[in-house]
Amino acid sequence: MFVETLLLAFREIRRNVMRSALTMLGIMIGVAAVIAMVTLGGGAKQKVSNDISSLGKNLLMVMPGTHQTGPSSGGAPFKNEDVQAIKRSIDGIQAVAPMSTSSVRAVYGNTNWTTTVSGTTNAYFGARQWAVEKGRFFDEAEERSGRTVCIIGTTVRDNLFGQQDPIGARIRLGTGSCEVIGLLQSKGSSGFGNNQDDTVIMPLFAFQRRISGVDDVSMIFISARSEGSIDKVKAATEALLRQRRHIVGGKEDDFQVQDMREIASLVESTTTLLTAFLGAVAAISLLVGGIGIMNIMLVSVTERTREIGIRLAIGAYEREVLLQFLVEAGSLSLAGGVVGILIGLTISAFVAPMVGIPFVLNLWIIGVAFVFSAAVGVVFGYFPARNAARLDPIAALRYE
Amino acid sequence: MAVSAVSPALIEFRQVAKVYGHGENAVHALDGVDLVINDGEFVAIMGPSGSGKSTCMNIIGCLDTPTSGQYLFRGVDVGSLTRDQRALLRRNHLGFVFQGFNLLKRTTALENVELPLIYRGVPRAARHARAQEALEAVGLGDRGGHTASELSGGQQQRVAIARAIASDPAVILADEPTGNLDSHRSQEIMELLARLNHDRGITVVMVTHEPDMALYARRSVSFRDGKISSDQNQPGHAPAGGA
Ligand SMILES: Nc1ncnc2c1ncn2[C@@H]1O[C@H](COP(=O)(O)OP(=O)(O)OP(=O)(O)O)[C@@H](O)[C@H]1O
Ligand SMILES: [Mg+2]
Repeated sequence: MFVETLLLAFREIRRNVMRSALTMLGIMIGVAAVIAMVTLGGGAKQKVSNDISSLGKNLLMVMPGTHQTGPSSGGAPFKNEDVQAIKRSIDGIQAVAPMSTSSVRAVYGNTNWTTTVSGTTNAYFGARQWAVEKGRFFDEAEERSGRTVCIIGTTVRDNLFGQQDPIGARIRLGTGSCEVIGLLQSKGSSGFGNNQDDTVIMPLFAFQRRISGVDDVSMIFISARSEGSIDKVKAATEALLRQRRHIVGGKEDDFQVQDMREIASLVESTTTLLTAFLGAVAAISLLVGGIGIMNIMLVSVTERTREIGIRLAIGAYEREVLLQFLVEAGSLSLAGGVVGILIGLTISAFVAPMVGIPFVLNLWIIGVAFVFSAAVGVVFGYFPARNAARLDPIAALRYE
Repeated sequence: MAVSAVSPALIEFRQVAKVYGHGENAVHALDGVDLVINDGEFVAIMGPSGSGKSTCMNIIGCLDTPTSGQYLFRGVDVGSLTRDQRALLRRNHLGFVFQGFNLLKRTTALENVELPLIYRGVPRAARHARAQEALEAVGLGDRGGHTASELSGGQQQRVAIARAIASDPAVILADEPTGNLDSHRSQEIMELLARLNHDRGITVVMVTHEPDMALYARRSVSFRDGKISSDQNQPGHAPAGGA
């Protein structure tokens, strides 16, 4: 009997191709949208956290300016002596690297490219866990003497040299020139939208003399020796800089020490919000799909009620009729759901590399979509049928 | 079914009443009806519109339940049966022919006829054979593959009869089986019912408005205002199995 009922249900599905297709379509579109949104959102989140960890582990960034005004305004820049003081007097530090940056036009032959030129020390590469793909870092003499050598990022290499080997070439930076001694490994975006590979790095001393002309340090990178010492290093740095910058009493800091974990959690919560928003939009489309199904089911309820009446009159048990309708509605909406899941995943797998984010499979949302589509079938297909099957057969037959 | 000393009547109504609505709006569709129908009878139920004929048929068919009184089927009080037991009774003993056909529209004639056999659990091959046989009995052996909506009214009604007889019921209940048909088609249907009654001994209870059609039956029961107003045998009923 069970098998017969299943066959009956599938026969009905085949007989009402249009109704079946519309039912499936509504679910399919909604589920595909939800899956695509959530999967892509998850990928974006994953990318952001990858990017942030690409900045370096246990990293602290010290910038002038208050929290409110942002890093670029308010607060005097640091001096070389501040960096020395941090290095000397704070425990638990792996490396300290000062950095000054400026936007400069780089020229090689007859090609030019405007990029960010930074002055720093070898410690920077350690703090950022950044290696050279080719060539070498600065040597001690270069750091001290202020010789104009530089290490370039892959974007600068691509734009100035194309396929050519840049090592040993001289490029013009503003008024001076420098010899390329290294090519950095590609890091990609930092998660704040800037391209980390679009950079030229030279020794701080040389930068201050040839590019900026002042001995300012616009940023200090500190890498703590372990994750556990980050908080201690942060507090000590803050105390030291307050003292050196003569900030007393309850006065607010005119600099900030940022912890990568804070930044990471900030950015992550933004992407989580975005994902939730997109998911909500998609969920609405799923709901609309569900209402579409409800419409289709309700339109056919007269016809179906009569069918139920006929089956009951002929001697079907209520449960046999219900099982048929349950299988019918359930298999349609489940099939719609499964196809929707597959479409959503296909779209994500296709779009993710196009927008440069990883494809992250979210099993949880797939499960939810699966259950939801089954539920839609039961709610909109089964419950109306159940109400009809509970009628006296004559009432079902007379239903208008 | 229960067995008692005297073999019980096939159908017995004891003061059956059916009231729709309540209070001042109450309609007494059936008002204390006593009726006995025995195996092998061919009964025509007549009466003006609204007199309670369909209500009576629906109660006989266990499609509806009386408000008061007792309905015994082979001595068993139908009122004491569960919903499923009544479904089983319909499945095994009753065949319906409705005025509006009540076929599944997009389903083929053969599948419509097979439907009661499916619920009886008849295996596929036997089911096909019996459904085909029933279609042939109503002269539609070559139309099994057509959907109900592709058939004429008379053909649909014959499919409905084939469906009713396919499960070999004890009783066929036909509520205005010729109501939608022209007189020629009507006669075909009546002859078919008369033949089933005569040849197979199936009890036929039929509602009709038309005296011509009632002549095919051997007994005529008339309703008026929910009560039986006359109940008579018709010695001169038309011969079964003609033309
Ligand atoms: N579901 C219902 N709700 C309310 N009243 C009903 C219902 N069904 C039937 N009635 C009333 O019961 C009475 C008997 O109806 P029934 O259908 O048995 O008449 P009938 O003899 O079959 O008439 P007809 O020849 O027109 O088919 C009518 O007055 C009708 O209005
Ligand atoms: Mg009637």
